[in-house]
Amino acid sequence: MPEISYLEAIRQALWQEMKRDERVFLLGEDIGRYGGAFGLTHDMLDEFGPERVRETPISEATIVATAIGASLLGMRPVAEIMFMDFVTLALDQIANQAAKMHFMFGGRTTVPIVIRMPGGSGSGAASQHSQSLESVLMHFPGLKVVNPSTPYDAKGLMLASIRDPNPVCFIEHKVLYKTKGEVPEGDYTIPIGIAEIKRAGRDITVVANNIMVMKTLNVAEKLSKDGIEVEVIDPRTLLPLDTETIINSVARTCRLLVVHEACLTGGWAGEVIACVVGSPAFDYIDAPVRRLGGKDIPIPYNRGLEKFAIPQEADIEQEIRALVEGKI
Amino acid sequence: MSKDKGKTKGKDIGTREQFEERVKRLGLSNDNLIDLYRTMCTVRHFEYMADRLYAAGKVHGTMHLSAGQEAVAAGISLAIHPDDYLINHHRGHGHFIAKGADINLMMAEFLGKDTGYNRGRGGSMHIADFQSNNLGANGIVGGGIPQAVGVGLALQMQKRKEICICIFGDGATNEGVFHEAMNMVALWKLPVLYICENNKYGMSMDVERAVAKLPIAQRADAYGIPWACVDGNDVVEVYDAMKIAADHVRSGKGPYFVEAITYRYFGHSKSDRNLYRSKEEIDDWKQNRDPIMRFTKHLLQSEILDESQAQKIDGQVEQVILKAMEFAEASPEPDISTLMEFVYA
Repeated sequence: MPEISYLEAIRQALWQEMKRDERVFLLGEDIGRYGGAFGLTHDMLDEFGPERVRETPISEATIVATAIGASLLGMRPVAEIMFMDFVTLALDQIANQAAKMHFMFGGRTTVPIVIRMPGGSGSGAASQHSQSLESVLMHFPGLKVVNPSTPYDAKGLMLASIRDPNPVCFIEHKVLYKTKGEVPEGDYTIPIGIAEIKRAGRDITVVANNIMVMKTLNVAEKLSKDGIEVEVIDPRTLLPLDTETIINSVARTCRLLVVHEACLTGGWAGEVIACVVGSPAFDYIDAPVRRLGGKDIPIPYNRGLEKFAIPQEADIEQEIRALVEGKI
Repeated sequence: MSKDKGKTKGKDIGTREQFEERVKRLGLSNDNLIDLYRTMCTVRHFEYMADRLYAAGKVHGTMHLSAGQEAVAAGISLAIHPDDYLINHHRGHGHFIAKGADINLMMAEFLGKDTGYNRGRGGSMHIADFQSNNLGANGIVGGGIPQAVGVGLALQMQKRKEICICIFGDGATNEGVFHEAMNMVALWKLPVLYICENNKYGMSMDVERAVAKLPIAQRADAYGIPWACVDGNDVVEVYDAMKIAADHVRSGKGPYFVEAITYRYFGHSKSDRNLYRSKEEIDDWKQNRDPIMRFTKHLLQSEILDESQAQKIDGQVEQVILKAMEFAEASPEPDISTLMEFVYA
């Protein structure tokens, strides 16, 4: 199986789906000749032309609204928000419009749009270009929030997102763009709303998303040598959240840690923990349930400050050890 | 654009000859004129019935009534095609009725019934009818304006002949998305007809305190969009402007912007005690500039209708509204067991 980057995997999904379905088109800022701020849509303008790789003015709210309007007439738009931080500029169209139309109109229409948005810190982009806002988007019923951590998941989830009849916020991570993995060349989808156990283990369940999946897997590998077996679950979709997979895992491992880059307060770790402790798995829990999140600060610019604003492998390792060894 | 454009003519409705010459120039038949009259009466009766139902405690939430603004809705509907798309704003009952909505289903939605257009999930502020290309009213001021860009874009990409009509109030033109959207429809020459229904107040905010330069329609100049500003209480003038605008848009020349100056009789919503405008002002509009009264005078003067015919139409319309109310009242409530439906498709 060919090994390609996370960025290429998403691009491949867009490319293949645009070939397969003429209703699909892209819109966003600088996605044409420039190829997108991260190069994700490179060469797509030449292949599909300016009508289907539609460059827009810097108008995030209207980019999303345009996708909504076109979807009501049967199109399948994929809108790009250049940095996830800018989603706040489009939030009315996402939260009050796209998320609610199917419900508010009595099920008589659907809004099949995808809104791509790279989030996350680690690129020195400072406070307004580095946030992880997935928890914000999880608070609007009617939206789906997809958040792949590997190239394989990214392609399969993108194809599923474009074919989904609901509005999907597709969250990418800037630091993951260059990571590589095996990705089938052909067509495949990964169902939205299904978590994956990325590594099986008996001692503790760690639920993590995007870049924290990679970090947790590195830690798990290391701890395995010390006899600690970590089960790593990537929800892949945050809304709707596959609580069943998580609850079943905790019932086996009897311990739970949730790790995300997003700010701790109001972060989705709280949601996962609430679901678990409110479930029958509660009876099996042998240790405090814990969460590790980004510090409750805006992401700083300085390299060192930026790094320590979010959980590091050492933090994850320390938490896991403390929980498994009964030190908390 | 003459200086007095956008001011309503009031008592001076013009002579019989002027009216007949205009109607002839526009190619309007007597049937067209009577339809306009019937539409306006239907909207008026609907709004007053809605108000009565609210007073009787039968409407659960708030509503935004358009009594006084009927000429805009009627004039638009005659100028467009039935399969054109409509994106509407929160004070939208009149436009839906004029575009041919089923009044029974509208009234049922008011009462939150399962038979309503939105199965009781939307209420007055969100009525939509996708079968007749009515893409819904919006509770967020200006929320629909940028969506019209997408509708226009899809129509252009699909090489279709329909156009998108997007209606909003004066207040919405101060939202950022208004300017984003105007820029984009102009850039891409999209088939969108933007209509600003300027009823003088954004809730309580007088348009003269809210908009730095009037008329609002001149904002279209900044985007190279042709515009007109008309007396929104003169249904023939509204039709005239909308026809020119709709034909322009349909011919592929890009968007058009029409501002119609009008006035609402009821408050903004049910909480409004009209503290920001005088009774004299409201009475002046009702007594001297009422769109139905003015049009009726013309129809009588030109012998298109006589008093008894006018009364007959009025009576027929009243019956339609009463039947809609009966249908709505007799309709079932949505079953609580369906609460979680329609969140996801």
